[in-house]
Amino acid sequence: MSIIENFDVYAPRLVDQEEFYAAGHRACGGCGEALAIRLMCKAMGRDTIVTNATGCMEVTACMYPTTAWNLPWIHVAFPNSASVGAGVESALKALRRKGKIADRYVQTVSIGGDGGTVDIGLQALSGAMERGHDMLYVCFDNEAYMNTGIQRSGATPFGASTTTAPAGDESFGKKAWKKNVTEIILAHNVPYVATACVSYPFDFMNKVKKAREIKGPCYIHCMAPCPTGWRLPMGDCIKIGRLAVETGVCPLYEVENGKYKITVDMLEPLRPVIDYLKPQGRFRHLTPEKIEEIQARVIMECNKIKNKVDSLQSWDELG
Amino acid sequence: MAKQAGMEIAFAAAEAVALCRPDVIAAYPITPNTHMPEHLSDIVAEGRLDCEFICTESEHSAMSACCGASGAGARVFTATSSQGLLYMGEIIPIVSAMRLPIVTALGNRALSGPINIWNDHSDIMSQRDMGWLAVFAANGQEVIDMVIQAFKIAENRDVMLPIFVNLDGFQLTHMVEPIVFPTQAQVDKFLPAYKPYAAVHPDNIVSMGSLGMPDVFNEFKKAQDEAVINSKKVILEVWKDWEKAFGRKYEPIISYGAKGADVLLLTMGSMTETASVAVDEMCKEGMSVGLLDLKLWRPFPSEEFKKAVKGAKALAVMDRAVSYGGTAGPVGAEIKALLYDEPDAPAITNYIIGLGGRDVTVEDFIKMGKEASKAKKGKPEKAYEIYGARGS
Repeated sequence: MSIIENFDVYAPRLVDQEEFYAAGHRACGGCGEALAIRLMCKAMGRDTIVTNATGCMEVTACMYPTTAWNLPWIHVAFPNSASVGAGVESALKALRRKGKIADRYVQTVSIGGDGGTVDIGLQALSGAMERGHDMLYVCFDNEAYMNTGIQRSGATPFGASTTTAPAGDESFGKKAWKKNVTEIILAHNVPYVATACVSYPFDFMNKVKKAREIKGPCYIHCMAPCPTGWRLPMGDCIKIGRLAVETGVCPLYEVENGKYKITVDMLEPLRPVIDYLKPQGRFRHLTPEKIEEIQARVIMECNKIKNKVDSLQSWDELG
Repeated sequence: MAKQAGMEIAFAAAEAVALCRPDVIAAYPITPNTHMPEHLSDIVAEGRLDCEFICTESEHSAMSACCGASGAGARVFTATSSQGLLYMGEIIPIVSAMRLPIVTALGNRALSGPINIWNDHSDIMSQRDMGWLAVFAANGQEVIDMVIQAFKIAENRDVMLPIFVNLDGFQLTHMVEPIVFPTQAQVDKFLPAYKPYAAVHPDNIVSMGSLGMPDVFNEFKKAQDEAVINSKKVILEVWKDWEKAFGRKYEPIISYGAKGADVLLLTMGSMTETASVAVDEMCKEGMSVGLLDLKLWRPFPSEEFKKAVKGAKALAVMDRAVSYGGTAGPVGAEIKALLYDEPDAPAITNYIIGLGGRDVTVEDFIKMGKEASKAKKGKPEKAYEIYGARGS
């Protein structure tokens, strides 16, 4: 895909060397989410305020009296990162207008895990997106409530075994398909939504930078593999993220003013989904029939996106 | 002479909030406090107040947005009632632990069920132990005075705690009363601009809302308790400043002919005025009766209270909430515990009155006063009584 030879070798030099999310936090070895946050902060830069939902990233990074955050950071509770962000954004607006803080733009970024975003925090997120706050929300999706011990969430994929949707003689794990929150947020008519994966750092950081420049509410749904919860060796986090993209499980795209664009080309044909499922302990119980079912669904979901890319025009063109 | 205007109290409270120049208001409408955010959004829409008004999709988000805004250094206000307060409930203890001075006007309303929109104190009593300060207004003038005082109290560097200004739903929120408004210049002089101790901003990087492990949690809680206890000093100072500036006196417990009286009634909120008429009637009949109006609920004014009941033989504590299967109503239990070690404490009768908007008349207070006057210390007939309930 890259047009420059050895782009991946040279590209890190393009990234800001300053660390806003310091080493020494207490996340598990090989944590995809911690890495994704570090990249997000680099893309955002100094003039950023982060609001954080309760979850892994909150408990591991800010144990009193220490903090891994070298950006202003506020955590209040589990379901309300977006509403806290709405409050921060509004305060910045008012205080700047009244001359009570420095007269320059500071971006509010609200972050949460999949539980804090697609389940318990969905209402707060919907409210903030609907009201049009000038903020970015990033969901770091590791596909279960990892902080509390791998319970299923609305973002847990079909067939995954979790501690509240376990596989057993009478169960194949989670029976429902993953909730598509990216599309739900897009239905709020926000100017920018995107999917991302920590294994594609430049794609993710470019999207964060783009969202930073766009006025109004933006949403990025970033897959952040969790070796602990996915039952993987801790060194395989990046590899499994790449497999998620190559198999079409996690298609990378963005939607700007209603216009869909695939940002990392889908393989043609897609890599078989079994390559992604097999290394992960959470899928080890799946029968060939169930894997077939997942394969069919993945192809269909990718086709849905391709169909939108081909057929949907930008809202600017429609109006 | 300041100008007096007849106005619905919820509207007047909104006007008082506007005089305090908040930076952010986040609110969600709920009966009987709807008029407050409505009128505030009007004031903002008219350009009379430079403020970000966030009309959230729930009370949970309203209080959360208040936390974000307050954490970013803004002066913040919200208003709610009953179920709305409970929906904020997850955030309420966090606000006080984070020491965010959010002023909240609580239009007191019964908790469901059965669903009921009218007044009692079950909402505030359910949040009694959340580390917030709490004051009770007896009339419209007190509501607007207390709203303005609340910002000065909450934002004081020695306090930094959120505060509930309690006003009875309908009995106060929807009542039209003559109210004296301070001028903007007077309020600006009384209430200094808010200078946050810390705020999230890239110019001064802080982390707010950390995880507290068992090795520090105890100390956090002790510090918080001390902050609430110590806030009384500031509250008394602010009330003194208020009296100097506006001539109206506020005390933790206001006595209405209570000094030297044999029998005392204790009320909170709007029932105080009805009870005061009953006290007049009983005094006319030759009874030695007085009234205590408890204005400061948190921190509880223990010393002032012991002093106020000294010498009284009987005390009728009027609760507006039930502690189901408990030892007394929430106020009754607290006062019994407080007076346990007092050798000459009065005999306490605990009435739970006016639940879910049930009217309590002058005659009712006279009946309770007379009954309480006969109570013998150490021989209570019952722990408490839900007054006037049929079928008992």
